[in-house]
Order: sequence, then structure tokens, then C-alpha cells
Amino acid sequence: MIKLYINEKEVVCHEGTTILQAAESAGIIIPKICYHEKLTPPGLCRQCVVEVEGARVLLPSCITGVREGMKVQTDSPRVKRVRKTILEMLDNCTDLSEAPELQIQMKKYGVENGRFRDTVKRDYPVKDDNPFYIRDYSKCIVCGRCVQVCSEDIQFSYALTTGGRGFENRITTNFDKPLPETSCVFCGNCIEVCPSGALVSRREYSATGEAND
Amino acid sequence: MTEYDRIVRSTCPYCGVGCQLELHIQNEKIISATAPGDRAPNFGRLCVKGRFGTDYTHHKSRLTKPLIRKNLDAPERIPIGPEGFREASWEEALDMAAERIARTYKQSGGSAFGTFCCAKATNEDNYIFQKFVRSVLQTNNIDHCSRLCHAASVAGLSKALGSSAMSNSLAEMKDLEVFIVTGSNTTETHPVIGTLLKEAVVKNGAKLIVIDPRKIEMTDCATLHLQQKPGTDVALFQAMAHVIVKENLYNRDFINSRTEGFDSYSKSLDKYTPRWAEKVSAVAAKDIETAARIYAGANAAAIYWGMGISQSVHGTDNTLSIANLALLCGHLGRRGTGLNPLRGQNNVQGCSDSGGLPNVYPGYQNVSDPLIQAKYEHQWKRDLSPKPGLTILEMSDAIESGQISDYIIMGENPIMSDPHMSHTIHHFKKLKNILVIDIFLNESGEYGDIILPALSFAEKEGTFTNSDRRVQLIRPALQAPGEARADWQILQELAIRVDQKLERKNSAGFTFSSPAEIWDEMADLVPDFRGISHRRIDKESGVHWPCPSVDHPGTPYLFGETFPRGKGLFHSIDLKLESEAANKEYPYILSTGRVLYHWHGRTMTSRSDLNKIYPYGKVEMHPDDAEKEGLANRENVEVSSSRGSITVELCITDKSPRGVLFIPFHFAEAAANRLTQDLRDPVAKIPDFKISAVKIEKR
Repeated sequence: MIKLYINEKEVVCHEGTTILQAAESAGIIIPKICYHEKLTPPGLCRQCVVEVEGARVLLPSCITGVREGMKVQTDSPRVKRVRKTILEMLDNCTDLSEAPELQIQMKKYGVENGRFRDTVKRDYPVKDDNPFYIRDYSKCIVCGRCVQVCSEDIQFSYALTTGGRGFENRITTNFDKPLPETSCVFCGNCIEVCPSGALVSRREYSATGEAND
Repeated sequence: MTEYDRIVRSTCPYCGVGCQLELHIQNEKIISATAPGDRAPNFGRLCVKGRFGTDYTHHKSRLTKPLIRKNLDAPERIPIGPEGFREASWEEALDMAAERIARTYKQSGGSAFGTFCCAKATNEDNYIFQKFVRSVLQTNNIDHCSRLCHAASVAGLSKALGSSAMSNSLAEMKDLEVFIVTGSNTTETHPVIGTLLKEAVVKNGAKLIVIDPRKIEMTDCATLHLQQKPGTDVALFQAMAHVIVKENLYNRDFINSRTEGFDSYSKSLDKYTPRWAEKVSAVAAKDIETAARIYAGANAAAIYWGMGISQSVHGTDNTLSIANLALLCGHLGRRGTGLNPLRGQNNVQGCSDSGGLPNVYPGYQNVSDPLIQAKYEHQWKRDLSPKPGLTILEMSDAIESGQISDYIIMGENPIMSDPHMSHTIHHFKKLKNILVIDIFLNESGEYGDIILPALSFAEKEGTFTNSDRRVQLIRPALQAPGEARADWQILQELAIRVDQKLERKNSAGFTFSSPAEIWDEMADLVPDFRGISHRRIDKESGVHWPCPSVDHPGTPYLFGETFPRGKGLFHSIDLKLESEAANKEYPYILSTGRVLYHWHGRTMTSRSDLNKIYPYGKVEMHPDDAEKEGLANRENVEVSSSRGSITVELCITDKSPRGVLFIPFHFAEAAANRLTQDLRDPVAKIPDFKISAVKIEKR
């Protein structure tokens, strides 16, 4: 067993536990975006970072293991500033109107509009290439959950992948092919984990009045 | 953000996996479906059918009022669409149905009825159906589509072990060490199980052996693919057993303590060498040896199979040869082992459990056992027939011989699902009365006299039992369309009226006010169900039978201590090759089956978004064969057997081995069952859907 201190509270847990799991077991909530409890933590979004005494940089709690005697701060001013900035950057370039979890976090961390000038919102045409669900990548925060679900976390279909770099980084298929021409089997397990409403069943999309059946 | 009127937890209506669903309802439509991540058996996973395929429930062609054929009793029975029927009140339709049933009963007795219960309906619907048939119609002529799917697995496992259900649970799959998949295109027919099995390989390092003539998707993650000639399964399994015995790889302790018949069985294997099997099956002897060593060498190894094993004129032998392997190696009664027929329909396990078979009451209690008969007579207060009834194809035969004049069909579509379609239609035309209970007017309903509109899974309550014997709830999510009623309510009304017309004094007890009450009567009569109630399932999300008492936890895997028949019995088997063989005129072997996007007779999936992605049938053919025949991809071709012919689009793919064609049986316009034959297994009476000799020509 390992003993560590999270926000001055003594926490005891098994070796191999992540800081995130240890904190949650002690009732301390750490915000996260790309992390999903059923999936392998990708450590991408950095929203779950925490301050660890002696560490040079903030550490992503979802993929950092606990160590004996570790002293962790989950809500220090430094941590809060980083979280706010991450949310502002996402909000500046993505349509977060269908991302309820992020809306809550934005309110909590006091996200300000317009701190970043000259930013561009991602504006992709809605991909509507199959009878079952639509992909609205203007709402995509590239958390990668859908790619994980499609590959080795659940479905083993490997139809979705990431493409592009920097601002152009996005979720796509091999060679940008329409879904019916890929290995996609339309299980829709990706829709289930999408946190920002980028993947929506067609019937649900129609119901919100954005498209016709 | 989408707002929902309500979210209702239910069970998927498609396959035997029994995925738990949450139906999201808006304006009386299911607009999306999700899966609760914490619930067995699917733990948050769904496939395309469960996720997107439940929209058939609000299709405009749903039956909403009772229908009566306009020209009843015309000299010739012809199939008609909705325009051939008139709408009627429930009062008129039920009264007329009861009158006609009573008339036949008075003239010819109960044996004149052939009845089909339904593997898509609930346990409670099926319990009432068989109670109606046995206590009111006084016959055991009741059967359902299980006859066409796992009858041979049931027959084989009953002989070897005394029980017919899948032995181990789905939850064990991801932790497997070694497993065989044979005659199951798992990723298309049981997609969520497909993901669990792939997980075992990719994450747990499990070894998978696929034994199947087709290069199905599961072969992508297989250690070994044995691609046998269709119909030669027994040769392969016997040769594997030969290797296991010859190389002393068998489990001596298990054989001594848990089995009987080993000595004569092991002697019978002498001649079935891998070399001999190579000649018969075209699988290399060394691959058979490797497969045997992998299976026997594992601490725990499981076998999963589907229609490729059971839908055969040798289906019972196929099953027995698989059971022999498990008994030899002691791969039974522990986690990660087992003999696991993957059940097709959402409730095919439950329909059989609830007595939808001609030889048994609910709980597989024999109709000819006097003690059992007395128990049911006491409960139902009726004399009951000890004579086992007819199976599906025997009922069809009995129309020809004049014994059966009336069909009562609940939610099945025999015209599409039975083999040798022209034969089936010929028999339908000869019937005097056809009463249908369904949610749509399907190909069989078009021959009906009276059609009674029923509720879909999304509008009623009850239970489905999935492939691993887990009893789970469905709950009303949508309002009933029009005047449609639950099957159990329709049957209860009908039963009361028929009894009145026959002037019977005492009632057999059709006074149920809810499915939960029906379950309780069944649980009272079936020891394995005694600890299960709707309330308990609601609390625990699902319970695996056998569950003999309220404090029993349920049984995820069977045979831990003993087999229902006591000891597991080895069977010596000879290879038989009685299927149709390819010949000069019909040089190809046709195999039939399903695809990911459709379900059986397509009554549901043709009325769903699913149809948009796979709108018509195809025939799969190996590239070398296509070249030989001078045929091009996607051109229309005519496929014919001696029984009929169909036009269908060609799909050139090396999924099919040379000499073998594959056609899904879903499409009425290109119905594979026009080509299949009604040759059947002598024990299980299951037809040989997987082997027909055909030819293929340019259109």
C-alpha cells in the first residue's frame, strides 16, 4: 500500500493507482475532458493536471501513478490558471454549445471571452455520409475518445483515426474516405463517448431541427 | 441539447446477446439508444442493430387494428397485401377467430392445429401461448424457429450432457485463454460477442482457432483458420479427438470422474486419422494436429458455435463430435471453458424454456412423463395430452397428409425462414384457416385470414432470456400503436372465447392481469426459475437460471459439479455425407446465412434505417470461380438449384472458398430459401440450410 497526501489529506491506495483514482477514492474531484472511465486514459487534454511537490511541471493525474509520500495539490492557483486557459483555447476555436460538461467547467473557472485575439473557429462542413449518424467536427475537441473506442478499447474496427497537425488536427478516417467505404460497422459506440456533441445519431440530429430526415 | 421526453431501460430485440439498452424517446419515437456501462452482458457496448435498428417500431406499416381477409373461404388461398383485408373491431375479430378454432376442434380435434410461438416475443407471451395450445386446443403441436436454428445443438447436448443451454457466460469471454469459433460468423451475427472475443485475443493474448469454410472477419485475429469443405465438420473434430487420444493429451482425471463411455469411444477413433480427415475435409493434417494440441494443451478452453454446426443434416453428430472434445479435455464446468451454442433470437432460449416445443412443458419437462403431466394438469385443471406434438417441418408434412388444417402463427414468418420455399407456399395454400398475431403484415401474414395486431418490444413489459440464460426485463417505452395489444392479452382473450364456444365448464386459468403474474405461475412450475421474479430482475438487472430459490445467486456457468444426466457421455460417431453434393449440372455448394445489417425474414430491418445501407441481396463468390464463369463484380446473376432460382447481384470476394457460394436469406425478392432443400437431421429435424447444390449463370 502507498500513502500520499492530496490537498493535505492523507490517502492510502494500492501501488499502480493513478493520482486521479486516488483523489476520487478520497472524494476529491479533479476535472477532466478526454478521460473516460471505461477507456484507456490518453493523457491528452491536460485538464486533469495537478501540482506535485518537487515536479518541474504540472502532471496529468489520469496517467501519473502514485508514489510513497507524494504531496499533491489539485486546486492550486497555478492549476486553476492552466485549466482556465485550456478551456479558453478550446472555446475560442470550437463550438462548445453541445458540450454540457465543458459548459459547467467554463463557468467554474471563470472563462473570459476575447483574451485570445485573432483566433479562428474551426468550421468544417457537417459530414453526412451514412444512414445512421452525422459527424459535426466544428464541435469536435479532438479528445480522441471515439478513436479509442473504435480501435482497441472496445470495437476493434479501426475505422476512425486522427489526421492533420496543429490547428488542422482532427478526427478522420483513413484517406478521408466516407464511413461506408471504411471498416466502420456503425455500432455507434463512438457516439456514446463523445463529450461535445460532434457525433450524433441522425434521428436525434433531425429532432433538434438541424437537418431533415 | 436534445431534450428527451423520457429514457427507458430495456433489452435489445435483435440477437441472443441480450444487450441492455436505454431508449431515448421524443414525440413517441425512439430517437436514439445508448447502453448503460455498468450492466451485463454488454457493459456499454451496442451494435448497429441495437443502436440504430429499433426505429421499425414507429414504421407507418405497423398493424394498428385487427384485419379480416375480405374474401374469406375463397376456393384458392392467395397472398394479399393490406388492400385484401378489412379492418375489424377486436370484438368481431376475436369472436370470429374463436368460432373458427372451435369449429375445427369439433370437426377434427386438437391434432388439426399447427402452431408457431415466437422467439422474439417475451417468456410470458410464450408461456400463455403454449398454455393455450396445450390446455385449450389439447395438442402439443407447437414449435418455433429454434427448430431451424439450434435444434441440433439442443439434441446433441441433451444426449451428451442432458442439458441444452450455453454452458458459460458472456462476461467470461474477455478473459479466455484458448477458444474455438466454428460455424459462427460472430462479428455479424452476434456483434457484441464478436468484440468481447476480439478483446480476449488482443488484450489477453488468447489463442483463437476458427473452423469455418468462409474467411469470416474473426479469422483476422485467429491463430489458426481451418477452412473445411462444407459438411465435413465431423471428420475434422473426430481427427482432432484422434490426435488428443493418440498423444495422451486428454484429461484422465476428468474422464474418470465425470464421464462414461470413454473406452469404446477412444477405440472408435482409430481410423479417423488427420491424414484421413485431410482427404475428406481438405484441411491439412498438420493444421488439424496443431488445433488439437492447442485446444487440449490449454488450462481452460471454450468452444463457441452457431448455425454452421447445427443447420445440417448431420447437425446432431456435429454437436456430439464437439461435445466429445470438451469431455476428453475436461474443458467444462469452469470459467473460460464450456460448450457454447450462440443463440440467435433475442428470446430463443426463453421461448424454448417457456415450453414452446412439441415434446416439453416449460422448463424442459417431458410431456410424456406421467408425473409431469399430472403436475401441469393439476395447475391448469385440464386433461392434457401425453403425446409429443409435431415439429415445424412435420407440421408442414401433416398439411400435405390432411391432418393439419389450421395454422396459428405468433410473430414468425415461416415462408421466409423455412427451407424449400415453393414447398412451404404450396402447404400454406392448402390450409383451411390461418390466424396470425404480428406487428407487421409479413410474407406469411399475407396468406392469413385474420390478423391480430400485437405490441413490439418497446411497448410492453415482460422478460427475454439471452444466450447465456440471463433473464432480463423489457419495459414499455412507447404508447401502443392504434388498438394493438400485447400478445399475452390477445391469447388470453382468445383462450376464454374458445373455451366458451366449446361449452367447457371449468377455466384453465386465463385470469392474468400482468406479465409479472404470468412469470410467477411459470416459476411455480419450473424448479430452475423458482428464485426469479420480475421484481428481483428489476433490482439485479438480470438473473441467470438455474436459480432454484430466492436466496440463490443464479448460475453464470453450468456443470461445475455434475451434468444434468449425471456423467457426460461420449458418443462414437461415423462420418456421414448425406447432404446434397455438387454435381455436373449444379457444380457449386450454396451456403446461406445472415449479414450484420439484417435480421432473418427482414420483417423488422426492412422497415428500419438499416435497410438503407444494405438494401438488396447479394451472392458471394470466389474470384477464381467468377473468372472461370466469366462473371463480373456487381452484375446480376441467376442462381438456381433443382428447386428454384433467384436473380441476385454478384459480389466477388475471397471470403467464400472456391466452389462455395453464399447468399443471405433475408431478402424476399431474392429468397435464398427458394434454393434450399428440406432434407433434415434425423434426430433434431433441423433442415440442411448450409448445403444446396446450385449453378450460377449470367442474366
